[in-house]
Order: sequence, then C-alpha cells, then structure tokens
Amino acid sequence: MSAASLKSGRWRRIRALIVKETLQVVRDPSSIVVAFVLPALLLFLFGFGITFDATRVKVGLVIEEPTPESAEFAISLSNTRYFDVRQAQSRLAFIDDLAAGKISGVIVLSGDFAERLERGDTAGVQVITDGSDPNTAGLVTGYVQGAWQSWQNQRGFAKTSSMPGQIDVQARFWFNPELESRRLLVPGSISLIMMMIGALLTALVVSREWERGTIEALLATPIGTLEFLIGKLVPNFMLGLCAMAVCVLAALFVFDIPLRGSLLILIGFTAVFMSVALSIGLLISTVAKTQFVASQMAMLVAFLPGLYFSGFLFEIASMPAPLRAFSVIVPAKYYVQGLQTIFLAGNIASVLVPCTLILVFMSTVLFALTARNTRQRLD
Amino acid sequence: MDALVSTEGLAKSFAPNATPAIQSLTTKIKAGQVTGLVGPDGAGKTTLMRLIAALLQPSEGRIDVQGRDTRTEGAAIHDEIGYMPQRFGLYEDLSVMENLTLYADLRGVVGDERTATFEKLLAFTDLARFTDRLAGALSGGMKQKLGLACAMLKSPKLLLLDEPSVGVDPISRRDLWKMVYSLIDQGVGVVWSTAYLDEAENCAEVIVLNQGRVLFQGDPKDMTAKMAGRVFKLHGAGAERRALLARTLTSDDVIDGVMQGEAIRVVIAEGAAAPTAQSIGAASVTIAPTPPRFEDAFVAMLGGQPKRTLAQATRQRSDGDGKAPVQAKALTRRFGSFTAADHISFEIARGEIFGLLGPNGAGKSTTFKMMCGLLRPTEGSALVDGLDLYKAPSAARARLGYMAQKFSLYGDLSVAQNLDFFAGAYGLSGARRREAVGRVIEAFDLKPFLNENSGGLPLGFKQRLALSCAIMHEPPVLFLDEPTSGVDPLTRREFWGFINAMVGRGVTIMVTTHFMDEAEYCDRVALIYRGKCIAVDTPEALQHAVKSKDIPEPTLEDAFIALVEQHDRAQQAAA
Repeated sequence: MSAASLKSGRWRRIRALIVKETLQVVRDPSSIVVAFVLPALLLFLFGFGITFDATRVKVGLVIEEPTPESAEFAISLSNTRYFDVRQAQSRLAFIDDLAAGKISGVIVLSGDFAERLERGDTAGVQVITDGSDPNTAGLVTGYVQGAWQSWQNQRGFAKTSSMPGQIDVQARFWFNPELESRRLLVPGSISLIMMMIGALLTALVVSREWERGTIEALLATPIGTLEFLIGKLVPNFMLGLCAMAVCVLAALFVFDIPLRGSLLILIGFTAVFMSVALSIGLLISTVAKTQFVASQMAMLVAFLPGLYFSGFLFEIASMPAPLRAFSVIVPAKYYVQGLQTIFLAGNIASVLVPCTLILVFMSTVLFALTARNTRQRLD
Repeated sequence: MDALVSTEGLAKSFAPNATPAIQSLTTKIKAGQVTGLVGPDGAGKTTLMRLIAALLQPSEGRIDVQGRDTRTEGAAIHDEIGYMPQRFGLYEDLSVMENLTLYADLRGVVGDERTATFEKLLAFTDLARFTDRLAGALSGGMKQKLGLACAMLKSPKLLLLDEPSVGVDPISRRDLWKMVYSLIDQGVGVVWSTAYLDEAENCAEVIVLNQGRVLFQGDPKDMTAKMAGRVFKLHGAGAERRALLARTLTSDDVIDGVMQGEAIRVVIAEGAAAPTAQSIGAASVTIAPTPPRFEDAFVAMLGGQPKRTLAQATRQRSDGDGKAPVQAKALTRRFGSFTAADHISFEIARGEIFGLLGPNGAGKSTTFKMMCGLLRPTEGSALVDGLDLYKAPSAARARLGYMAQKFSLYGDLSVAQNLDFFAGAYGLSGARRREAVGRVIEAFDLKPFLNENSGGLPLGFKQRLALSCAIMHEPPVLFLDEPTSGVDPLTRREFWGFINAMVGRGVTIMVTTHFMDEAEYCDRVALIYRGKCIAVDTPEALQHAVKSKDIPEPTLEDAFIALVEQHDRAQQAAA
C-alpha cells in the first residue's frame, strides 16, 4: 500500500474510531456515571460539605461582675448570627466544655469591664479559643472583634459622643461581599472535578482496551498513533464538556454563584483545560494496562495535586518553598484562578490570558509526550 | 513458491535475565496451507504470533512477512494480514454489524467492495441473522466466527488465528476448520495456534513449540508415522485398569500410557518388544496394535511420561455404607427467567471418576458450583456422603476437596506457607496439621520448592501444590474444575497419575471439562447441554451409541457432536 492511500484513509479511520468510542460511551453506564453523576456528587459534597464560614458557633460568655454595660454587650453578642451564647459567672464553668469541644471559645468580660470602658481604656475582654482547631479559633476571635466594634459604634451613636478625628475603618469586601467561602469553593471544586474526570475518562478507556484484549486487534490494523489518540480524545472531550455543563448549572442554580464573566470565555477556557486533563489521562494509559491501576494513577496524578496545590483549599503562599515551586506545574492551579475570576470577577484579561497560555503550553507538552510514548506494539 | 513468513535465528525475551519466550527459530510459513503452532500454555505460541503480526519487536534475528521486515514496515504488514487475537478482539458492547463496520473503516474496505464483502462474510459465518446483536451476547462459537470475519475483511494473504478454538464447543470448532479450509483453497496462508494436540493433525505443516524451543517442524503425519507399530490398546482390564496402567508404566519399555475410556493406550520405547498379556502380567487382557496419534509422537519426543509413583497421599478408604458418596437430585438453578441448570440428576459411586462434559455456557459450571456448595439451587438438592450441602453445609463441605481451575493459590506466599494456610483453613491444627503438611510434601515431592513463592513455580508444580492443598484434610470426595486444560501433555499425565492413585484408594472424583482428553479418564460422563443433562454413561457406551456407517470408529468428540445434534433435532421436532 502506498503512503498516499494510507494518508487518504486517515480521516475515515479517525471517524470510525470516534463513532466506535461514542457508541461505547453511550452504552457503557460507567462513562455516564463518570461524566454526570460523579461531578454532581463531588460538587454537592464540596459545595455543601466544606465551608470556612462559621454560623451559630457555640461560645461561653463569662461575666465576672454584671453591670449594665456588660449586659448590653452580651445582648449585642447574642444578636449576631454567628454566636450561640451561654452565660456564666466564672470561667471555670466552661473549662470542661471547651476541653470536650462542646464549645469553640470562651469570652470573658473582666470584673473591671465597666470601669475601663468608662475611662476610655482598652476594655478587659479576654477571648479563649480552642487552639486545636485553628480555623474556628481564628473565626471566633475575628467575630468577637467585629461584634465589639459594632457594639462600640452603637454606643457611640447612642451617646453621640464620637470624637472628631477618630479613624473610622469600614471594610468592603469586593467580589464576594457576603464573604461566603462557598463562592470560592465551588469554582475551585469544579476545577478539581474536571481534572479528575478528564484524566479518568481517557485513562480508563485506553486501559479497558488492554484489559479486554481489543487493543491487539486494533493495533494489527493500519491505524497510526495519532489517529488512535484523536479517536480517544474527541468523544471524551465532548463528554468532559457535558460534565462541565452539569457543574456550571449546579453552580449557578443550586449554589447561587454569580457568573460575572462571559459564558463563551468560560467554555473556551474549559476546553483548553480539558485538553490538559485528557492528555494526562492518555499519558497515564501509556503505562497503566488495567483499569484498576489507571484509576489509582489518575487519583494520584490528577486528583491529589489538584486538591493540595490548586490553591482553593490550601493557601499556596503559605507553603514551604519546594511545595510552592511544585504547585507551578499543577494545571488545576491555573484553572482555579481562571474559574474564580470568570465566575466572581469577570473577563479579566490580565488573569485569563496568562493562565490560558500556560495551559495551552502544558497540553501541548503532555500530548507530545503521550504521542511519543504510545506504543504501536505490545512490548 | 515464496514463503509468506520467514524467520532467521529469531529470538524474543521480555526481560534481560528471563528465559526467552522464543529461542533461535528459523522457519518458513507457506501460502495456501494451514500451519499449526502447537504446544502447551507458555510454549511461546502467542509470542510468535505477535512477532509475525509485527506487534512485538524481535530481540534477536529477523522476521519477514511477505518480504517486509517487521521492525520497520509494521504499518504495511498490518495492511496485508488478518489477525485474530485470543478472545477474538471484539468490542463486546458493539453489535455484530458495528464491529464489522469499524474494522472495515479501519482497513479501508469501503463502498461497493464493503457491501459485497459483508454479504459474503455474513453468509460464510452464518451471522446474517444476528447483525444487531451485541458481540458480548454471542455464544463462544459465534464470537469466534465474528472475530474471523473481522480479521478477513480485506481478504488477507496471511491469516493469523491465536488459539481460535479455546472456549468453543466441538461443533463450532469443526465449523471453523471447514471455514479455514475453504480459505486455503483461495490461496490464503493460515497460521493456527493451539494447545490441543489433536488439532495438529488437521494442519499441513506444524511447528511444535515447547518452552520457546522448536521440537519439530514439518508435516505432522511424518511425526506421527515414526510411531507406527509402537502404540497398543489394552482392552478388558475392567475395574483393575488403573492399577494395570500404573503397573505397566513401571516397565522401561513403556514410555507412555493413558486411559482411554475402558481401554489403556500404551506407547512402547523405540525398538522395544510389543507387550503381551504375559509381559504385563494380566492374562485376561487383549492387546491390539492401534494407529498412532500426534500426541503419542509429541510425548515420545519429550522423552516419554515421567515415571513417578504417588506415595501414601491418602489413606485407604473402606467402602462405607454402600451409598453413593455424591448425589445430585433434580438440581435446578434459575437466573431470572433463564434456567442455567434444569433438573440435573446423577449419582457417583465410591472410587469413580465422573465427568461433567459440555460446551462453555451449557450449565456445567453452574451445576459444579451447586455441587460444591457455592451456589444455592433453586430446586433440588446436592448431597456429599449423604449430607445435604445446603442443610448441613459445614459438615458436608468438610468431606469434599475442591481444586479450582486457576488453582486458587496465594502467589505471594511460599509453598510451605500455602500449605500451612490451607491446612488451617480446613481446621487442622497442632500435630494433625504438621502430620498433614508433612504427608503431602512427601507425597507430591514438594520439598525442593518449600521456600519458593508459589506464583513463580512452573505450571506442573503449581498444579501439584493446588492438589496437595485440596486433599490436605483427606476428603473422601474430590472435585476438579477443568484441572488440566492448557497444561502440557506430560504434566497432564502426571496429574492423572496422582488422581488414578487416589481413586485406587477409594476417593471419589468429579471433574468438569470441555476437553475431550480429560473426559477419556472418566468412568462415566454426563453430557450437559443447554442446562440439561442429555446423556449419562460410560465414554464407550456413548461412542457406541453413535456408531454409524459414516463414523465407524467414533471418538468421544464425534459422540458429543452427534448427541448434541440429536438433542437439537428432538427439540425442534417437539417445538
């Protein structure tokens, strides 16, 4: 056979492989589970299960000497939606509960609370928190400070004695005015889910061919490496976009995440990321010959780095230098940045363009590596 | 005539220090004939197939397919050959037509050519009625035909079939041979690999492989002809025949001996005198020369059957209460609306070898599982030593030993650890465990391997170990699931030697098999077909029943085919 006739058959062969792959996807419930059920499940788990916001944190309030001022502050504290307050006269009453984790903190108003307040001195408020749960501890401290400030302001207005020249700090939170961590977590979760699904889809379909022995028959036909890879990529790319649609719909309508950027840019950006994730899956499949190994490797290579180094759960800036350096090669990191920007901020070129370029570069390198390592032979 | 495939000093190893899968092979494969690649599992057949198909790179030497080097011209070779891998290489979630279309697209069979080819192949394979059926829902025989059709789409000059007859019932196997012969007439060269030695006789030329080495190349008839005058059948030994076989084998003149139903087949050494009733010490036995088979030649070439005698592996059993130790009473198992086993009944007498014979999917595994206590019957009961497996499960199971098809050993444990574990699993402890383990180590000569991982043992030793584990608790009843399929003839003989010795001590054996050779060792066989037991009798009686003018000397396989066809005709007449 001449080289020309091999070439002319290329599109027919690619099309045949795409048709075959699509039929298999449609008939195989596991692809449907991976593409539709898994993203929904993971998103709900992340969206509802993880939150960095504290609502109705249980705290103990110790008022060592009841005065009108302390009572006023106690009421102000109870009126916020953050605290579930119990009162006592001695901190001893709360020590055991704090140790047992039944309450997350103790707020102590010292005996000279009213006097100090009167003097305009720093008031004697002590906050004891459970340091074994630093996240909640930080929240309690922060919220008490917030409550203190708003109470002071109220008192100020009530007395109309706010001193001129005093600095009035008013915080404004841009992009996420309600300071709901969910708004950051959902786009982050989507990126993690897409990473996982993309890698899993291609890794599984190729290793399945090895497991069932069909690869042997396939390799004995005149198909080329590139044709084989494209035949695997295209249908799974479409499937990945379906999974993305599920995620976006859930984000917009279940979690009420705003979409401030354009949908078109979201789709385009996702397409670029999908090509990275799918290429990782293909690269895995060049070594994994069983579906079990393939899924384990997808977990290890795609999911875990995505979880730890994408920056949506753990602050990359506070990691040690070697880990920070590692995070540079985690594709999910750039996708998280891009997604959070598109959802919460809008079409901001200064973020999206570099992220896109990096992802394009990654997918090119990964695909080239895959093409080089995909064997036309069985040994 | 030019050779389709020619190899020169071909060798292939998968790891630097491993034994090569193929060693220094120089051969030519011709067009217009069937070349058989014959040998037991692990002989290197599949490796050689893949080397020819340019799916593996040779480690040494070269291999040319139609004058093209497989190292550099793989793509061009792929365009000219048809290759059916083991398990047929079909997409089980695609329909028959979708599979054909896929391979037609990949191989560039388009337009009118495709229409004509499809029509021809569907008629040829008799699959026209099933084009919409998913490949996974086809029977083994139909899958095989579809795999063949996919491999033949582009009228290849060379067709490679890797173990096409594994897992396929005898009827489909016969059909496949017919199809292959009609291809030969069109000038196609076919390479057929098989572990079944009887298939070698269908080939114009064979390459006999054993452990990566070529034992013989050429016309199988030449190989068989060397054995003329050296093969005899001993008739009339009756119940004594197993003991007689064991005794006969002790003679240096006898290099091979197997059971063949009621008869014993004996092969004598080159130049040895023909056996007489006197020389074997059994006056009532008649001895007649018989034409040699390929397998006789194969075993002779490997130096004959290993001569070992089984030491005291099991104690002599008394005759018990005279009741049949294994009974199946109207065993029925339904999966939804599908009846996998339909009122199957049989009894096995003490010291009898009983075979469950049938094609894959016929219901023999279902029956076997019910007899082992692994699958609860929908109706009917299974009794071992008079105990119902589903009413007194632990007591009944303690009386049976079970050796699974893939041996169910722990590959990462050493031989000694496996033995210890299984002894514990059967509830043996302390002195009894030490005694049991010591007994099987001695009986099966396992001492040299005690500290080796069982996963790395050669097949024959794995089999010995598996059997040791199964009989550690000295069960009066032993169940074997396809114990020697794919095992080389020598190992198989050795294994049956062990089994025969146990039977001699009163152990009752039940075997499942789709392998006619194994069935020959049985006293009686039950033929299972489409969930029903369509015949239970001795192999000779079954053979005798189908004797006709067309087949004056039916083999057990002939009997099998005839009985199944009879059954089908009766079903059709009833419907």
